Amino acid sequence: MRHVHVLAAASAALVSLAALSACGKDDKGGAKGGAGAIEVTATDSSCDVAAKSAAAGAVTFKVTNKGSQVNELEILAPDGKIVSERENIGPGTGAEVTVQLSAGTYKVMCSAGMTGKGPTQALTVTGQGKAADPRLDQAVAAYRTYVAEQVDDTLSKATEFAAAVKKGDVEKAKALYAPSRVGWERIEPVAESFGDIDPKVDLREADLKSGEKWTGWHQIEKALWKTGSLSGEGPFADQLVKDLQTLKAKVGTASITATSMANGAKELLDEVATGKVTGEEETFSHTDLVDFKANVDGAQKVYELLKPVVQEKDAELASTLDTEFAKVQKLLAKFQKGDGYVSYDTVGAKDRKDLSDEVNALGEPLSKLAGVVAK
Amino acid sequence: MELSRRRLFGYSGATLAAGAAAGAGLVSVAQANDDRPAEEEAVPFYGAHQAGIATPVQDRLHFAAFDVVTDDRNRLIRMLKEWTAAAAAFTGGHPYGSAAGGLGESPPDDTGEALGLPPARLTLTIGFGPTLFEKDGKDRFGLKAKRPAALIDLPHFAGDDLDPARTGGDICVQACADDPQVAVHAIRNLARIGFGVVSVRWSQLGFGKTSSTTPDKQTPRNMFGFKDGTRNIAGTEAKALDQHVWASGSDGAAWMAGGSYVVARRIRMHIETWDRTSLQEQQDIFGRTKGEGNAYGAKGEHDPVPLAKLPATSHVRIAHPDSNGGVRILRRGYSFTDGTDGLGRLDAGLFFIAYQRDPRKQFVPLQNKLAANDAMNEYVQHVGSGIWACPPGVRKGGYWGDGLFS
Repeated sequence: MRHVHVLAAASAALVSLAALSACGKDDKGGAKGGAGAIEVTATDSSCDVAAKSAAAGAVTFKVTNKGSQVNELEILAPDGKIVSERENIGPGTGAEVTVQLSAGTYKVMCSAGMTGKGPTQALTVTGQGKAADPRLDQAVAAYRTYVAEQVDDTLSKATEFAAAVKKGDVEKAKALYAPSRVGWERIEPVAESFGDIDPKVDLREADLKSGEKWTGWHQIEKALWKTGSLSGEGPFADQLVKDLQTLKAKVGTASITATSMANGAKELLDEVATGKVTGEEETFSHTDLVDFKANVDGAQKVYELLKPVVQEKDAELASTLDTEFAKVQKLLAKFQKGDGYVSYDTVGAKDRKDLSDEVNALGEPLSKLAGVVAK
Repeated sequence: MELSRRRLFGYSGATLAAGAAAGAGLVSVAQANDDRPAEEEAVPFYGAHQAGIATPVQDRLHFAAFDVVTDDRNRLIRMLKEWTAAAAAFTGGHPYGSAAGGLGESPPDDTGEALGLPPARLTLTIGFGPTLFEKDGKDRFGLKAKRPAALIDLPHFAGDDLDPARTGGDICVQACADDPQVAVHAIRNLARIGFGVVSVRWSQLGFGKTSSTTPDKQTPRNMFGFKDGTRNIAGTEAKALDQHVWASGSDGAAWMAGGSYVVARRIRMHIETWDRTSLQEQQDIFGRTKGEGNAYGAKGEHDPVPLAKLPATSHVRIAHPDSNGGVRILRRGYSFTDGTDGLGRLDAGLFFIAYQRDPRKQFVPLQNKLAANDAMNEYVQHVGSGIWACPPGVRKGGYWGDGLFS
């Protein structure tokens, strides 16, 4: 990982700039659909929601933070799960959050200090609204299964990896290192949505903040490839497994929507573009291509699940994505070696340029996936 | 809808960002100052010839060479159509698609950094390189038979030290504007639209024009501190343009009628050693004075040049049309400084751009002569190069290169 991403934020549609598209007329300001927006006034101790009810469909909340602490707006479903949230609403600022809501009684929560707790107010949503596309619900359900499988895979392989590390078996640990990361890399945006786990397991040395303790895969990677000694690494191996167990326990509660899935696919390609193509992710082991492949596979899984809807709404985009996924897989295959891939430090400038070109060729149309799904 | 950049003139990016963060509507968009009519600053995109050749030279350049990375001819044509639509929008001062409105879940179509900026006389000029027609013996897009004879592979010139990473390219786009941000925005967005079809091979920024196509103006100075190319072809010299710049259907390639051939050379100038050279020697190398820019024996910079009075190896004497049977080229090069070279010297020079009707009769003989004899060679080195066939202008409803692909 490079930065902490918050997947959940991506699931809320931002429409605050829609006013721009209406310019040229005497625009009185306000966002598109602004007339229907529900004003929410947050303070450090209160959450005043201007409406008690709303019609099913796209509901926009316009929140203003009048308190002194950074606030967070959460929309909670009748079963208590988070439907959407917006973090980091600074004192004196505001934000707009648009959520698709079907009939039911929701809670709107303002969480001063972003503790996940705070005053709530009920909101009753009635009516039919626009019927949700059942294919998208199916895609989300299938993706949840995939995510769970990948977490199981990464946990079991990391457990083997940890055992080798604790035994001091450098060669075996080296062989198990990259495969143990594959499941994680395939679903990284979901894993990253649990903000506290990601820095513990996947932080690179260069990303450490002053005074921050370095744990996780890359800490052990450095021991394996740089120092060649596993002395003292046992506790790090144990911690990695423990943190992945926490991920397994939490992952079922991840907020996943069709839009957030699509955004996650785009983020996976971003990971490839900024971390893998440059060889920054695996500074010591040079196993970047294993991560590269896992990121692409994870993105492709998302696309395959959403494909029936994409084909219907934007056949050209579907055709482009089919072509580009096939091309990137074919290109990656060139670098296969045994069960894995060639060491990235042996990949020359020309090949890196080809890989980068293909990441751009796939990443650009993939960035349109979320919009097509949300349409 | 299209959001005119002019409508947002005066709005800084920071204002837009702050408005976005706060979720506030932009109230005064329609009241933005707009006292200059757009046509004063927009160069027409459609026409018989591509803009950016005879157009009065703008202040800034972003020149990009692209490699085509697909084998799919139809995809390439689709991209050229999209590029044409984008180029028409950018040169008119508009974003391509939506820059700041649109769906919240989608990235904006246009990258947005030109919002609020005037058209800045932006021109976008496209050219097709030899490798588009044939590469490694392969007729990649079924265009081999249409390759104009004038679109040669440039020969090696004495002293060339060409970097492959700054040489060639299947397609070039020259973006010229009076505002560098407008030029860069155009290239950036074309590159983005082109992902999967083309990949930027190299690109060059130019910060100061070194040629003028407006004869009443003073010739701008290059990084040597001299005026050069004072006998440039002016955009108003219709006859000279027809004779020296615009290709004719009778030249061999019918699709190039009204087009032109561009040669670009990245010329590194050894400015540190140049700066230690005496004024007299500098002037002798050019064959003109540094102050006024008049040739030796002439009074003003645009006055007739008495060639016999210039040193035999001087740049002006060798390059002058009268020393070359009347051969002329239209130059619109730019100075560049790409940081430093790691040896404590500026990586500076001239990005030479010349348009002509037939490089075999114009650039090649001229450059052969200069490479062999020019006293200036001690201070310059050609490190990048390219040649492209620039098709005629686009008619409304057409697209860049439609004559080539039809």
